[in-house]
Amino acid sequence: MSGPLLEMSDVWLRLPEVARRPVLAGVDLQVGAGEIVGLVGESGSGKSVTARAALGLLPPTAEVEGRVTVDGVDVLSAPAADVRRLRAESVAMVFQDPRAGINPMRRIGDHLTESARLTGRRRDLDAARARALELLDAVGLPDPRRHLRQYPHELSGGMLQRVMIAGALMGSPRLLLCDEPTTALDVTTQAEIVALLGRLQRERGMGMLFITHDLDLAASVCDRIHVMYAGRVVEQAPALGLFEQPRHPYTAGLLASTPAIDGGGTRLRAIPGVPLSLLEDPSGCVFAARCDRVLDEVCRVLAPPVVADGVRSVRCARPLEARTPRHALRTECVS
Amino acid sequence: MSAPLLEVQHLRKTYRTHGSTVTAVAGVDLTLPEGGSVGIVGESGSGKSTTARMLVGLEAPDAGRVLVHGQEQVAQPRGRRERLARARALQIVFQDPYLSLDPRVPVGAAVDQAVRLHTRLTRSERRSRVLELLTQVGLGEREAALLPRRLSGGQRQRVAIARALAVEPDVLVLDEAVSALDVSVQAQVLNLLADIREQTGVGLVFISHDLAVVRYLCAETLVMRAGEVVERGATDRLLREPEHPYTRLLLSAVPRPGRRSEVDGGTALSGRGVPAPGR
Repeated sequence: MSGPLLEMSDVWLRLPEVARRPVLAGVDLQVGAGEIVGLVGESGSGKSVTARAALGLLPPTAEVEGRVTVDGVDVLSAPAADVRRLRAESVAMVFQDPRAGINPMRRIGDHLTESARLTGRRRDLDAARARALELLDAVGLPDPRRHLRQYPHELSGGMLQRVMIAGALMGSPRLLLCDEPTTALDVTTQAEIVALLGRLQRERGMGMLFITHDLDLAASVCDRIHVMYAGRVVEQAPALGLFEQPRHPYTAGLLASTPAIDGGGTRLRAIPGVPLSLLEDPSGCVFAARCDRVLDEVCRVLAPPVVADGVRSVRCARPLEARTPRHALRTECVS
Repeated sequence: MSAPLLEVQHLRKTYRTHGSTVTAVAGVDLTLPEGGSVGIVGESGSGKSTTARMLVGLEAPDAGRVLVHGQEQVAQPRGRRERLARARALQIVFQDPYLSLDPRVPVGAAVDQAVRLHTRLTRSERRSRVLELLTQVGLGEREAALLPRRLSGGQRQRVAIARALAVEPDVLVLDEAVSALDVSVQAQVLNLLADIREQTGVGLVFISHDLAVVRYLCAETLVMRAGEVVERGATDRLLREPEHPYTRLLLSAVPRPGRRSEVDGGTALSGRGVPAPGR
């Protein structure tokens, strides 16, 4: 048996110099092998920090509590050498802007074989070059041999993102973290990259954490989705269930304010107000100020409870009605 | 029979780079009735932003005309009077309000600048006009005193819209104006634009890569690809029964819940099988 590839439990993260509220507040998250888990939220919700925490890539001033394990290694307390090995062998990350992650002065081949060159012997370098060719082919680039000798500026954004994905796969990771991997791309290119990631994930049985601000995209890619708001996971559910029956008022609001290509109506139901800034630290529920179901004497005073039924959970004192029978829900109190 | 609010005829722009010629816009025509709204949809390199820049006179077209109320707009206005007249006909709001607002000028003063240039109001009249404009976009006296960096992205975009409206333009061109906003804030700005169009009768040219966003705001839509308009029509019809293969490709690429995209991730050749427009 094997546990989840990525497990975060009750992770808190504070940045005392820049943020008055916790940047992450009690985040629980699991990604198993062969599973795609979505992390959805607006800017400042903490989704990128969550992914970085999985790699142990946090600012030096960050104060972290809780447990983050990747492939059984405790990222927050393990010796630096172990964490480096983890980053080299078990986890890889694909970022939003492929051009920001590649040296424009070096050839694609240099980028892909960099770690072999830095650590290895001649034989390793030959193996790395062969693997780079194989992966450039696997990510659907038409002429791997030529691409190895090309510079980043010779490729379009979509092609370069394929190179970055090939680079992420060089170490045969078991867990792939994708942070808005298609946000900088055109819609048709986005569709190609998403299909590619899905295929690679299935073929290689990787676990994948897919971060996006786009609920529709998350719902088309992921098995399960976590919705984040102001550093909290406010709702967690299977992708379709979340979409068809949101239980947290924020999830429902996000869905209502997303323009639909085949929806009806001419007016969007916008969520009033703006996302919580890092300088605000309200007591009670972080979403209370924008919530249309707020109960002043409860939501503005007490931290909302997590209501869970084994499949999905919602962090709200007054969640939207579930169609599942009430007795199937149990309430867990958290401080 | 009076002239339409905005009429664009055969707008064309080519660039020369390293000896070769690139056609950015290969002849765009469009007509906008009083208080109407038209969407221009396309991917990067389609020529939609170049079209926007030619509409407002930031880029001189190689050929074609822009008429507002039947009045031909000078391609490159010279002198104060021509520039002010051009500005009153068409205003533009860009994607990134960080770049279009002066970081050193409080936003109320930024709006006031536009009012001062285009009206002869007294100082106290101007003050109430600025407040009225900011109120129209959901901001108040408190925000007016702040520098752009103290505002959120959505608030800054509202300021950019208020400043454009200060001129009382006939047509407002929005170039990816909601693309950088969080979805909950984007919805507020989209509703705001719909309200403003209703109240002031300003015509909207809404440029976006996002078909769903265009659907909410525009009665008519043009789909552009590589400088050419490949399909145009009533937005509802276009989304329901797309005729051009490229429109169909765009629609099939839109992610939908519970359904992996129909576009295959095999090889990196966008728009395979779609006839490319001739150059």
